[in-house]
Amino acid sequence: MRRRGKSRWRTPAYAFVLPGLVVFTMVMVYPTVRALFISLHEWNIAPGAESPFVGLANYVKAVKDPVFWRSFQNGGIYMLVTVPLQIALGLVAALLLDAKLRGRTIFRTLIYIPVITSWVISSLLFRYLFGAGSGPINAFLVDVTGVISEPIAWLGSRWTALVAICALGVWKGVGWAMLIFLAALQAVPVELHEAAAVDGAGGWQRLRNVTLPSIRRTLTFVTVLSIIGGFNVFISVYLMTGGGPADQTQVPITYLYRQAFSFLDFGYGSAISFMLTVLVFGVATAQLWLSNRTESEGPA
Amino acid sequence: MTPHDQSTHWVRSFLLVLFAGVSIIPLVYMVLVSLKENAYLIPNPLKVLQGGLSLDNYATVWLDSEFPHYFLNSLVVAVATTAATVWLASMTAYGLARFDFPGKRLIEGLILLELAVPAIVLLIPQFLLAKDLHLLDKRLGLVFFYVGVNFAFITFLMIGFFRGVPRALDDAMMVDGASAWRRYWQLMVPLTWPAHATAAIFAFLGSWDEYVWALTIINDPSKRTLPVGVALFSGQHQVDWGLTFAASVVALAPVIAVFIAFQRQFVRGVMTGALRQ
Repeated sequence: MRRRGKSRWRTPAYAFVLPGLVVFTMVMVYPTVRALFISLHEWNIAPGAESPFVGLANYVKAVKDPVFWRSFQNGGIYMLVTVPLQIALGLVAALLLDAKLRGRTIFRTLIYIPVITSWVISSLLFRYLFGAGSGPINAFLVDVTGVISEPIAWLGSRWTALVAICALGVWKGVGWAMLIFLAALQAVPVELHEAAAVDGAGGWQRLRNVTLPSIRRTLTFVTVLSIIGGFNVFISVYLMTGGGPADQTQVPITYLYRQAFSFLDFGYGSAISFMLTVLVFGVATAQLWLSNRTESEGPA
Repeated sequence: MTPHDQSTHWVRSFLLVLFAGVSIIPLVYMVLVSLKENAYLIPNPLKVLQGGLSLDNYATVWLDSEFPHYFLNSLVVAVATTAATVWLASMTAYGLARFDFPGKRLIEGLILLELAVPAIVLLIPQFLLAKDLHLLDKRLGLVFFYVGVNFAFITFLMIGFFRGVPRALDDAMMVDGASAWRRYWQLMVPLTWPAHATAAIFAFLGSWDEYVWALTIINDPSKRTLPVGVALFSGQHQVDWGLTFAASVVALAPVIAVFIAFQRQFVRGVMTGALRQ
């Protein structure tokens, strides 16, 4: 009886699950495995051409390639600048919105709009804002506020271009962090705040001792996802500087994209993408591990 | 309100205005530039408001360029992607949420794993696969891969919504002899239509804004989608920013409209995705 009941449950389950799973396996699972395979070959895209196995040669090539290192350095800088800023500003915005307030929904909507603005459009917009000569940012800094005396060719050299690219990353990321923090804040029981207030805790103390500990898991989640997002920076760099001038602003993905789709070096491109993945997983895991450890050791 | 409360209130409002201003001013600026003719040179921001504003750039974009073509391609691809993704993901999610069967753990594990794999790692093998399947330079190649890429997140989202529906309802229908199909179509789908709407919004936006894959596999100008087309407006050496931003505004308008119209579903989707971790 029980067996019959079970098999009656099973057959429709596969009918439900399989159609989607077939597409998913082809588009996602199979390419994941194949990425590693390609990176171990000198991949030849021409029909009928051989693609010899070259072992770790593509990886060795990367280690000896100064542009590879610079691209990872730029990606790391981007991450170190945008992740903390995005989280701090997102948290402040969420705290400001977590109150009875007129126009709350409107503020939330406006702050979220950069998130839904596509990367293509916002990259073009920031390329324009940070234009050389009389671009809006220059005009603001030189003519309006007089902070600097000469206009800057923002996208013309490595560090100033990174400033512009990071500015876009933060502008586009704050709303997302805000929305998730807001959800977490609203889940904090009101009684906790009331109890703390009765004990005479001021606003700052309540923030430190009640609010932040309650949203710790969310904080970790946002951090890990922002780190993954930070390493994935691509469209903004591709459309704002194209990795130039002279490969100065390459990030890992613009560089691997160029290797694969401009130079058709698919093996090398795959090796770079694999190293990036390992790095992302490593950093994300370390972050999770660290926050779990402080959680279990720290005060409850 | 005590004076202290009142001053906190003002500080709070002031800071929020600041946040909202920084978020929105660049976009307002974009709209203003799109209303200027011949904006080849980057106009000084102080002069954007001077002189006449006109809709000429919008007319040029719609009447004198390939833009309507791009718009139509994006619409067709996004609608097909949305329909296929929501349908496939909803069925898979139902199977995973309501049945036990061998291999279920493995499937759930793969879905979670692929959620964490950076999309770009897959770009090269996906390109080679599209080549093998003769899907390069085809709109179907866009749809097929968008469905696969969006599938994991949408399924993950739907499982959460389905688990929120009490099993007792299924049991009641089962006692009446309803098949799994009927339980899915006549119970689950009607009960969770807002969840399906949420999923549809994410699938639609995921396709509408997608740039990298479209850039990589589409060569034929008649098959380009909006993001690629918009980026091309700025591809020339002499960028006509008025034209570029008019195209951008037209591409962005539906997104903002969908977001504002379905804000509740949208916010719920972002939060469910986040808080279930």
